[in-house]
Formats: sequence, structure tokens, C-alpha cells
Amino acid sequence: MIAVAEVTPAWYLVLGSILFSIGAVGLLVRRNPLVMFMCVELMLNAVTLTFVTFSRMLGDVDGQTVVVFVLVVAAAEVVIGLGIIVALLRKQPTATADDINVLRG
Amino acid sequence: MDTLDLVWLVPALPLAGFLVLLALGRRLGEPASGWLATAACGSAFVTTVVVFLAMLGQDAEHRSHVYDLFDWLHVGGLDVKVGFLADPLSITMALFITGIGTLIHLYSIGYMHGDPKFAKFFVYMNLFVFSMLMLVLGSNMLITFLGWEGVGACSYFLISFWFSKDANASAGKKAFITNRIGDWGFMTAMLLAFATVGSLDYSVVLERAPEIAPVTATAIALLLFVGACGKSAQLPLFVWLPDAMAGPTPVSALIHAATMVTSGVYLMTRVNPILAQGYDWAPSVIAWVGVITALFAATIAVAQTDIKKVLAYSTVSQLGYMFLAVGSGAYVAAVFHMVTHAFFKALMFLGSGSVIHGMHDEQDMRRMGGLRKLMPVTAATFIVGWLAIAGVPPFAGFWSKDEILLFAFDKSPALWFVGLVTALLTGFYMSRQVFMVFYGEPRWGVAAASEPQASDAVGGHGPGGEAPVEPTESPWLMTLPLVVLAGLAIIGGALNLPFTSTAHSLEHWLEPVLEGNERVLGVGTGVKVGLAVLATLTSLAGIALAIRVYLQKRMQPVEPQILAEGWRYDSAITAFVGGPGEQAFEVVAAFDRTVIDGAVNGVAATVRGGGGGLRVLQSGFVRSYALGVAVGVVGLLVYFLTRSGI
Repeated sequence: MIAVAEVTPAWYLVLGSILFSIGAVGLLVRRNPLVMFMCVELMLNAVTLTFVTFSRMLGDVDGQTVVVFVLVVAAAEVVIGLGIIVALLRKQPTATADDINVLRG
Repeated sequence: MDTLDLVWLVPALPLAGFLVLLALGRRLGEPASGWLATAACGSAFVTTVVVFLAMLGQDAEHRSHVYDLFDWLHVGGLDVKVGFLADPLSITMALFITGIGTLIHLYSIGYMHGDPKFAKFFVYMNLFVFSMLMLVLGSNMLITFLGWEGVGACSYFLISFWFSKDANASAGKKAFITNRIGDWGFMTAMLLAFATVGSLDYSVVLERAPEIAPVTATAIALLLFVGACGKSAQLPLFVWLPDAMAGPTPVSALIHAATMVTSGVYLMTRVNPILAQGYDWAPSVIAWVGVITALFAATIAVAQTDIKKVLAYSTVSQLGYMFLAVGSGAYVAAVFHMVTHAFFKALMFLGSGSVIHGMHDEQDMRRMGGLRKLMPVTAATFIVGWLAIAGVPPFAGFWSKDEILLFAFDKSPALWFVGLVTALLTGFYMSRQVFMVFYGEPRWGVAAASEPQASDAVGGHGPGGEAPVEPTESPWLMTLPLVVLAGLAIIGGALNLPFTSTAHSLEHWLEPVLEGNERVLGVGTGVKVGLAVLATLTSLAGIALAIRVYLQKRMQPVEPQILAEGWRYDSAITAFVGGPGEQAFEVVAAFDRTVIDGAVNGVAATVRGGGGGLRVLQSGFVRSYALGVAVGVVGLLVYFLTRSGI
């Protein structure tokens, strides 16, 4: 008999931390701005997953409320971030994230 | 409309004259601008006379009239109106300011003839008359202060009128700076009065004077006296007045003899209820400062050789008499002496101007002499002025000075004695001047050859310095004011004759202003007559001594160098400020440089250095930021985990 393990909230938390770690490592090691951007999004979603999990565990709706806010902010951030990145890549298709340092003050 | 409301026109007319001359003066040129200025001042005089006559028609209780022109400031509890106070005291002042002012304007048309800045001179003169009238007619202390600063500024402009000469420019600065010290006193007194009473209006401040604590009243009165010391050239702030003679002579007559320098006396008389509310020693301080200044300046006048310097020190001395009167509670006598002094001192200054003009810009009395025959009108009028200031009856100066000495005797015989010695010196130095200038041998040809440019006479009218020309009498424009003033100097005493109580017209006239603060004399008629005889004999003794020394030459003149240098008061100040004073300031400057500047610059340098250091972190490499964030998060995690022991 296959031992059917019950899906506990801990699974979700573990999944969240794995996703977050992948995102964090990807952000640190990759140089393609688009990939780095996707890593940031991954980290963001890992955090929202954690929020939802805790919300269920504690029976508190606040965590889910935060998720809605995060989604809105993330959407806005995607618009601006993608805009910058696309503009950069159009100008210089081989650009890496380090080339963005020309924008520093 | 009440005729007394016309009082606002009195300062407005010279102001209008000033504005018109400012815009059109250059185009009007000579002499039209002079006539315009004279007309502005003259019409102010006429208006004052109209107001005066209207005031005479009122009862004594209704003679104080305030006319508010408009609201000026309204800040918190401070409510200042541009208002004018017409009362017996201010109208007396306005009468002689505008009257003598008109005469001096007229005289200036002749005196300033040919000056390239003819029109500008009258611009300043009208501005001065306006400021002076604001000073005396203002209904609150702030308007008075406005006028006070205005006359100070005009005095500065006019002293350094011929500013291309270094001495004139620095004389102007000296007057200005010395006056600032006095102005500090006035300003502080004003703030103190406002803090105590909550108003700057004379009507309120003086009404509520009896409620002021004696210590505050004393402080206000003495601070105002500091202001008066600056403006009226009393010890220790008198130094600017002798140097102020660098200005054109009509300026010396109008500003530095007749009007501006008496504004301190006016101020002290105006605030007499505050002075009465203060401690008893406060008036004594004023009286002693006055009488010591009188003696001090008189001793200096004995040894001066510049014709205008003698008159300048004499003015300081006479102002000392006025403060002696104020301090002795003889406010009527102070105002009386102020008016008679304005007559005879303006006369003598204008006379000296006429002499300087006739001598082609020579101011050294050692190079004059025998001018009586060449300048008969000037000589005759000057002699009237001399007799008036020396205190010879029945000329104006006798009555006013005698009154002051009488009150001083009643307060303290010591004050009276010093005043009497000063009277002796006054008779002596004024006679000396008259004899040196108008009598004796003509010396203008001889001395000039042997002693070229010995006098460093300040002033000087145009280039000058060429070979002396035969002195001539001045034109009628200049002699007419002399004659009018001489007439006033003869009959001026009639304002306040001591014989019967009804003859005391000035005293009755000023009674509402003084509110019973005038000293009540405790001496009998016999003492009064005795003192008057003694004062007359003293003056005559001074004159007789001068006759022996300077006319008959039976005695050697005694003119010690230290007196000629004014007791070295000026060089003492220079030595102090240049020596210990400068060192003290050096210490302050060093403290400022190292500690204050060091602190300020240190903060700035720290911030700049810190910013420069942090700037390195802002590399622009996104991945290094990300690394920083990651390391930070890990660090925080480690911290919290170890601390809370989860």
C-alpha cells in the first residue's frame, strides 16, 4: 500500500522556500536582465504562496489581502521593468545587467 | 475740519519739496531749486503759524491734539499710526525749526552759489526739515524714531557733502557711527516702554507713566538719555559734533546748532512724566552730565583757532546747559534756552559762514582780524550774537541762561557753581573769537605768506588756497537772514521774562505738557536778583578778561596745546580702540575664526566626506546590489535565529 502522505501546510511552505531560493540564486548568478527579472517574479510568487499558506493555517484573511496588494504592485512593476529592459535590449541586443550601470547617477 | 488737523501739512510740505527737487532738481538748476526749497520750508512755517494761532484760541486743556493720518503697522499688540501730535511743546519746536529753517534756506541760496551740487544740497535740506518735523510732531515714539534716524541720515549726507575730500567723508562716518550708539539707547528704551505699557503712543505712555515701576521708568529715561547724548553731543558721545563742521556752514547752522542737536533736549522734555516717575538720582545724572559737558566743551573752545570749531564746542557747551536744565527740572528753561540758542547760534554760524565766504574759504581765525570795517553787517549781527551768548542783558541768552542757573542753584549749589564757571569761559571764548575776527590788525595778507596752509580747516568751499583777496561783504541774500536773526537774538528773551508771573508766557504756554513736573523754586526774590547780578558780572568778567588779552594785548594769551586738541579725547579713543580695543577684537575674531567657523565648517566637511565614502557603494551594478540585499537578509536571519534561539 502506498503510503498516502497527507498534504500538510508544511509542504506549501517548503515549496515556497524552494521557489524563493531558485529565484534568489538565479538573480545572483544570471546576467541576462530578462532572466533576472523573471527570477524576481519567482521570488515574489514564492512569498505570496507563503502568505496564503499562513492565512489558511491561522484562519486569518489578512494574508490573502496582502497577496492582492502584491499582485497589483507586481503588475505595475512588470510594466515599468519590462519597459526598461525591452528598451535596453533593443538598443543593445547583447546587453547584460551590468551594462545598466550606465544609468547610475 | 479742525484747524489743528492741518498739522499734517507741516511735514508734508518739505516732503513735497524734497520729492519735486529729487525728480527735477537738476533740471531746475540754480537758483530755482533753492527758491523752491525755500518756498517749501516757508510754507511749512506759515502752516505752523496758522496751527499755532488756532491753538492759542483754545483753552489750555484742549491744546493737545492728535491727528492720525493713516494706520501704519498693526502687528499683534503693536498698533502704530502715522499720527501727529500738536501740542504747545511740539508747535514751539516746529515754529523755530521752520522759521529758522526758512532763513537758512534763503541764506544757502547765496552761500552755495556756484557749487556744482547746488540742487542736491537743497534736496537734502528739505529732507532734513521733513525728518526734523516728523521727529517733533510724531504722536508716537516710532514716528519720532523715524525722524530721529532721518535727521541722522541727512546729517551724514550733509557733513560729507563735499565728500571728495577725505576728512569730510570720515567726519560724516564719525557722526553716523557715534549716533548709532545713541540710537541703540533710544531703540531699547522704546522696546522697554512698549513691553511695559503696551503702546508707543505718547498719549498712552505718558498718561500711564505713574503706573510704571520706578526702576523701569528710570531705565527708560536713562536709555532715552543715552540716545539724547548721541544726538545732542553730550559726554561721552560729543566727539562727532566738532568734526561735523566739515559740512557747508548753513548745515552747521541749521542741523548742528539750531535744530537737530536740540532734539535730545526735546525728547527728554517730552517724556518728563517718565523722568518724574523714576528714582531721584536719575535727573541728577542728567544734570551732572550736562554741566560737566558744558564746562569741558567751554575749556576746549578757549584754544580753538578754526572759526567754526569755536562755535561747535560752544554749541556742545550750550547743549550741556540745556541738559543741566532738564536734570534740574527746569523744562521751561531748557526749551527757552533751546529757542534763544537757536536764534543766536544760527546767527553766529551764518555770520561765520559769511566771514568764510568773504575771506574766500579761510577758516583760521589767526589769519583774520579787522573785518569789522569791511563786513559791517556781518560784524554788527555777529556782535549781537556774541552779546546774546555771553549772557549780557538784555539780549536773549541772558534770560534763558539765568533761568537755568537759578534752577540749578535750587537743585544743588555745586551744579550752579560749575555752570557759573562755564558762563565765565563762555564770555571769554566768544569775546576772543569776536576780537580775533572783527577787531585788531588785518592779518590775512601777512600770515598767509609766513604760514601757508597751516590750518587744516575742514570744509573748504571749492578749491581755495590761492592768494588771499580783499574780503568783501556778502550779498543781501546772506545778510538778510543775519539781520532777522539778530533781531530775534535781541528780543528773544521777551518770550519768558521773569518780572511778573504774567510775563512768564513760555511757562504758561508749556504748562499743559509738563503736568506739574516743573521744579517748584524754593528761593526768594532777593536770591533770584542776586544770582542774576552775579551771573551778569561773571559774563562781563569773562569779556573783560578777553579784552585785556586779545584787544589790548596786555596779557599773554594762554592757549595750551592740550585744549587745542580737545583734551586729547579723540586721540585717547584712537589709542584705546587701536590698542587694547583692537587686541580684544582680535581675540573675538580669532574665536570666531577657529571655534565658530570651525564648528560650521567641520559639520560640512564631515557630511561631505561621509557622502563621498558612501558614493562608492552606488556602483550601478544591479547584481552587486542584489548580493548586498541577499547577504543582508542572511545576516538578519542569522541574527534573529541566534538571538531568539528558535
